[in-house]
Amino acid sequence: MTDQANGNGRTGGAPMPTDVPLSAENAAILQLTRKDFVSDQEVRWCPGCGDYSILAQTQKTMPDFGVPKENIVFISGIGCSGRLPYYMNTYGFHTIHGRAPTLATGLKIANPGLMVWVITGDGDALSIGGNHVLHSMRRNVDIKLVMFNNRIYGLTKGQASPTSELGKKTKSTPAGTVDFPVQPLSFALAAEASFIARSVDTHTEHLQETLERAGHHRGSAFVEVLQNCNIFNDGAFRDFTEREVRDDRMLLLKHGEPMIFGKHRDKGIRLRGLHPETVQLGNGVSEADLLVHDEEAEDPYLAYMLSRMWWPEFPVPVGVLRRVNRPTHDQLVSAQVEEARAQKGEGDLAKLLVAGETWVVE
Amino acid sequence: MTTEAAPHKDVQVRELERVTIRFAGDSGDGMQLTGTQFTRTAAVFGNDISTLPDFPAEIRAPAGSLPGVSGFQISFSSEEIHTPGDAPDVLVAMNPAALRTNIGDLPAGGALIVNSDAFTANNLKKAGYESNPLADGSLKQYTVFEVPITTLNARSVEGLEMGAKQVDLTKNFFALGLMFWLYGRTMDPTLRWIEERFKAKPVIAEANARALKAGYAFGETTEMFHTKYHVAPAKLEPGTYRNITGNEATALGFVTASRLARRELVYGSYPITPASDILHSLATYKNFGVRTFQAEDEIAAIGSAIGAAYGGAMGLTASSGPGIALKSEALNLAVMVELPLVVVDVQRAGPSTGMPTKTEQADLLMAMFGRNSDSPVPIVAPATPAECFDYAIEAWRLALKYMTPVIYLSDAFLATGAEPWRVPSPDDLPDISVGGHTDRATFQPYSRNPQTLARPWAVPGTPGLEHRIGGLEKADVTGNVSYDPDNHHRMQTLRADKVAGIAADIPPLQVYGPDQGDLLVLGWGSSYGAIRTAVERLQAEGHSIAHAQLRYLNPFPRNTGDVLRAFERVLVPEVNLGQLSLLLRARFLIDVVGLNRVRGRPFRISEIRNAAEAVLAGRSIEDVPLPSEDGTTFSASGQGLA
Repeated sequence: MTDQANGNGRTGGAPMPTDVPLSAENAAILQLTRKDFVSDQEVRWCPGCGDYSILAQTQKTMPDFGVPKENIVFISGIGCSGRLPYYMNTYGFHTIHGRAPTLATGLKIANPGLMVWVITGDGDALSIGGNHVLHSMRRNVDIKLVMFNNRIYGLTKGQASPTSELGKKTKSTPAGTVDFPVQPLSFALAAEASFIARSVDTHTEHLQETLERAGHHRGSAFVEVLQNCNIFNDGAFRDFTEREVRDDRMLLLKHGEPMIFGKHRDKGIRLRGLHPETVQLGNGVSEADLLVHDEEAEDPYLAYMLSRMWWPEFPVPVGVLRRVNRPTHDQLVSAQVEEARAQKGEGDLAKLLVAGETWVVE
Repeated sequence: MTTEAAPHKDVQVRELERVTIRFAGDSGDGMQLTGTQFTRTAAVFGNDISTLPDFPAEIRAPAGSLPGVSGFQISFSSEEIHTPGDAPDVLVAMNPAALRTNIGDLPAGGALIVNSDAFTANNLKKAGYESNPLADGSLKQYTVFEVPITTLNARSVEGLEMGAKQVDLTKNFFALGLMFWLYGRTMDPTLRWIEERFKAKPVIAEANARALKAGYAFGETTEMFHTKYHVAPAKLEPGTYRNITGNEATALGFVTASRLARRELVYGSYPITPASDILHSLATYKNFGVRTFQAEDEIAAIGSAIGAAYGGAMGLTASSGPGIALKSEALNLAVMVELPLVVVDVQRAGPSTGMPTKTEQADLLMAMFGRNSDSPVPIVAPATPAECFDYAIEAWRLALKYMTPVIYLSDAFLATGAEPWRVPSPDDLPDISVGGHTDRATFQPYSRNPQTLARPWAVPGTPGLEHRIGGLEKADVTGNVSYDPDNHHRMQTLRADKVAGIAADIPPLQVYGPDQGDLLVLGWGSSYGAIRTAVERLQAEGHSIAHAQLRYLNPFPRNTGDVLRAFERVLVPEVNLGQLSLLLRARFLIDVVGLNRVRGRPFRISEIRNAAEAVLAGRSIEDVPLPSEDGTTFSASGQGLA
């Protein structure tokens, strides 16, 4: 190869990365800080937009992975979220509407060692790009897809999105939308994503923790970030995300722990038949009666149940709903190439060209 | 029954220069296989060959029906040939439907071999015959050989444990064996193929081998045939040859390009006729580091190729017209971010789903202009199946050197047609490798090589070159997002100049024949063979005529205008309504004459010849009657897009 970017000496193809394992040790060696991940481009989102916080938490989280910034790539589609790569001082590719997962898939095939983030929105990921999200997730492409969900089209100035609630009045739906919304996490689960989580733009510590866990996952990670669009859909999640109410209206998921919530940790989720119910602890109801979160469950039932819970019927779950291990797409693709090489030997072009029946003209 | 059975009759051997055979039967009858086996055998014998597979889009249309007929035409010769032949000398019809759909192409006096067992009342009805053509005298202008193939074949496989249906499936080998005898060909390559192909099914292997030998022996022993034919090997250029289809050559060319560029190939593709065989071939070359990805749709296919290119690999995608239409937005992204990419369009008849298995050359303007804004993309178009190899490499040379997507226009005729290919030595092929950018001090994402105007290829994983690209307009040099009016004008011009500049780096347009005169016949793509042959014949008759074939459609070779102006008239045959004509008129202000026929078929030599003769005689080609299959005539419209 001619552009030996990283000196591992492999011939005949795309540069292979040094494949630095994610580790605190490497993070200590690299000594990167948030500032290293801030690009020289002026950020141009509306003042007060939830995207600022998501960008800041992303930049803060990056040093912890111990990955050199040249091995990190942010790929986005179209929409307000699509601008994020310009603000990250890593490799970045602002692509076309809905197609970021396809480019990310090709990039991972070409260079499996890169850490690839896909930045998208509810319109980009679930409307025009729904097909690609489905297939990148079921293939377990090793990408971390962060979907900013503001339940509105922001960049095109306020039309209904696939996550807008039924009856939502917008510029494009003055009488209210008649389209039933999709639940992003249910969709991700049906698409066989191997990591599924939710966080909130303003819950900075939780968002950092969620991004960090997604980054450490090998395989397709789907992270929904509830993000406020203060221009076209202000307060979409206010009812349960505001500081004063969030403990009582959101359920912080912790692996292996019973599902307890409330400012006074006095409420929980219990299973009744096939349905969850909110119960008050005490009066004969104890922690032992509550559902225990298991993000590693192979079957999707618990995660699916959680993905359907929404305020005001239920507290809105945040955290990791699902985290399972499956071979990644790039691993499987590379394994087939290596296996073919082991079986047939490294391809010999001269032999290939004369394969089959030939004849000689003197 | 053996092939060694002593002939007990007088058989003459006639020497022929060229023979064209068409095999026709039900799409489940194995006609493509029969044709392919005859082709291999003729090729290995040393004939020049050219083939035209012609099959329906339906995998198995109802048995015996007209839409279910599948055909395979092969022309083999002791002289160099360029086309699969205008009309067959011999038609092998396995049932009435095959007879009915093909007999119109067989010239009077032509040989017709039919499976007489298939001419049942039921089959005749399905084919729309009111009376049996074998009995009603309607075929008296042909030399008809009625062979009860089904019965004879069933007898040959008696004693093998097979159902009646399986027995019936072997009858194409009987027909093939008979043709091998008739043209004095060895059965060995096909016997070897049968053994290999049916290794796991010894009974089927035995049955097919017996059927083949029985057909051969039938020719030898029956009183029906008194003449065998011999077509001597062709005097081709010295070298090692193999038989190859356009799609095979395309796939091999890409693997070779990957070696010559010393980068791995990532092929993103979605199945579509007639391009899928490229995916099938490339998927078997994994030990060459080829990574194939069957995407969820056409857009994901090109998206993955662009992503791979961004990562420093050779990102490749292929499709046919409908798929290329879906890829156009992503292709424009590649134009904007200036990454190397090759997009193959194996053209088929449209619009929309059109006629998926039939050929057409009507995606030229889509390749040129089918994207939003001014969006220049170089276009190459191989002219023969074997040339597909060379232009696969050439497409990559341009893509890598100029950091640009390149469109490679093939078509169904090239893709499935076959011809002998003189296999090159890898040592004789060009080094097309380019370096990626690694130097921090000089790095600007949109700085340009002063000669090629290519921007640097700085791939993720390269320390210190972290940068952002995307579909938004780029500031010259820095590549930052820019809405500056003057910058946009400059960038549009730079992108156009970069592609236009490729004209200095490609061979001039070659003229076959005199470099000036009365008439130039100018084609592009797969019309090469028919044009070349028609022009050679007219040259032999003393006409002032020449042929040129464009392999580069954007930019045109730098001498194109001069070549055109050196002739009184220019005739442009295309299997579309005048797309190249439109470009030539716009670019060179020359009023070329278009010969435009869109029948899902390649041109015949006679069509080109008749039109050229008309133009030479000063007649309008609209008055030239062109024969159609059903015997009717219609005029050649020359001005479809004018």
